[in-house]
Amino acid sequence: MSAEDAFRAALLDPAAPVPEGLTDGAGRPAGRRYAVYRNNIAASLTEALETGFPAITRLIGAQAMRGLAGSFLRAHPPRTPLIATYGRDLPDFIAGLPALSHLPYLPDVARIDLMMRQSYHAGDHAPLAPEALAALDEEALEAQVLELAPSVRLLSSRWPVLQVWRYTMGRTSEKPKGGAETLAILRAEFDPEPVALPPGAYAFLTACGSGAPLGRAIAAAGPGFDLGATLSLLFTHRALVRAPKGPDPC
Amino acid sequence: MFDLTREGLPNRPGVGFKARHFEALMADPGPVGWLEIHAENYMGAGGRPQAQLAALAERFPISVHGVGLSIGGAEPLDADHLARLKALVDRIAPARFSEHLAWSTHDTSYLNDLLPLPYTEETLARVAGHVSEVQERLDRQMLLENPSSYLAFTESEMTETEFLSELVVRTGCGLLLDVNNVFVSATNLGYAPESYIEAFPLAAVGEIHLGGHDSDEDDRGAPLLIDSHGRAVADPVWALLAMVLRRTGPLPLLVEWDTDVPDWPVLAAEAERAGRALDRLGAGQ
Repeated sequence: MSAEDAFRAALLDPAAPVPEGLTDGAGRPAGRRYAVYRNNIAASLTEALETGFPAITRLIGAQAMRGLAGSFLRAHPPRTPLIATYGRDLPDFIAGLPALSHLPYLPDVARIDLMMRQSYHAGDHAPLAPEALAALDEEALEAQVLELAPSVRLLSSRWPVLQVWRYTMGRTSEKPKGGAETLAILRAEFDPEPVALPPGAYAFLTACGSGAPLGRAIAAAGPGFDLGATLSLLFTHRALVRAPKGPDPC
Repeated sequence: MFDLTREGLPNRPGVGFKARHFEALMADPGPVGWLEIHAENYMGAGGRPQAQLAALAERFPISVHGVGLSIGGAEPLDADHLARLKALVDRIAPARFSEHLAWSTHDTSYLNDLLPLPYTEETLARVAGHVSEVQERLDRQMLLENPSSYLAFTESEMTETEFLSELVVRTGCGLLLDVNNVFVSATNLGYAPESYIEAFPLAAVGEIHLGGHDSDEDDRGAPLLIDSHGRAVADPVWALLAMVLRRTGPLPLLVEWDTDVPDWPVLAAEAERAGRALDRLGAGQ
């Protein structure tokens, strides 16, 4: 193995000996000089995960987060130089860790952290104006497809996960209570906002996201669904895309 | 072959752009005449980063500085990443594009650090091929930056300055001279930074980087400087800059501060110090 190959092979393995063929510039073995590179890699990826998963870092503490990041980055090193996308596998990775199984809501909290970041970097769009729907008759309305903005994310959890996330991030002083929650992440301009949704509204948005026309999405939402309140929420957060197709009225 | 032109960026101080400085910079850039962005931070689809970049690009000359292309790597360049770079460069038409003499990708894993390579005929041919590929794909000359080194490879057959000089000849690329990296590498590997500058192909330099470093020790207690970009530029690095500028004349000078990023006035003061280094040159020696 060339010194170059050996250099690569030992980078992610803290237990591997320092490769041969590396010196301090005066012929002496490189020793801990090699560790500078090893540390830079682990430290920079750990920092990326701490930044990318702020609620997880707060929930388990800085020290546990460093341990979690260390084992994650060795099992799942980044696949692209886009560090802003790093950590997509962390929620499932957490779900598989016996040491964190006493916090069963943790994977879903990680999903909120991840979705907030994805929403932040998602593409921009021209928002649909409320008047566009008001102009339609009932039949046309039922056939209308509502396209969700690229920054919209949806999550359904067995846990009161949004309450946990808000409490952890210091956005509320109310302690989390109750059970399952459904939520959306919406981005009116630049800052994503997690919003609690009734289960019907979550089913409605999930149907819209899969391309169902309004009539079918309403049916999917089930009884008790408040269409007016849901549309009002979506318009307030500019969460719908202006339809690109169809004849221009002028 | 590409023109080696220094007209891309003004011969003034620039700073590495940080989102937290956006409002301050737009309100009053002070001595700052241009900005450098890390390419990989602006490859998302939209949102605030792209909106800020678009606003900055209307107002300032932009230097796009890549950190993830792995030009020194043994593997072929990542076609997807090159396409992302091409899209970014086409979108904002930067005054400069630069990357590093280093590698960062191994077996599809991206290691998020600038890693060293031995200087041999074999690596020279490989890096030259990669540089030419980038220049053809982006349809522009690129600048290649000298690394900061913590160790040396026994198999190296030539010095770093010989390696970089030959790259310039073979590819027509320009060089980004990081004066802090020169000081860090020289201290760590036990040579005089001035001798490195004397051997450096200064005529190819299109931009200079300045940054802060941290101090550590190796196993034997010898000084080991770490290129952290987390503090002010050290005095001996400013002295080395003056030596470079006396030989080259004015150049675009970038101050980098990437960790423990300070409030705007602190970074602006560093940029002002870089501006004074250029002013002294104009005042005549």
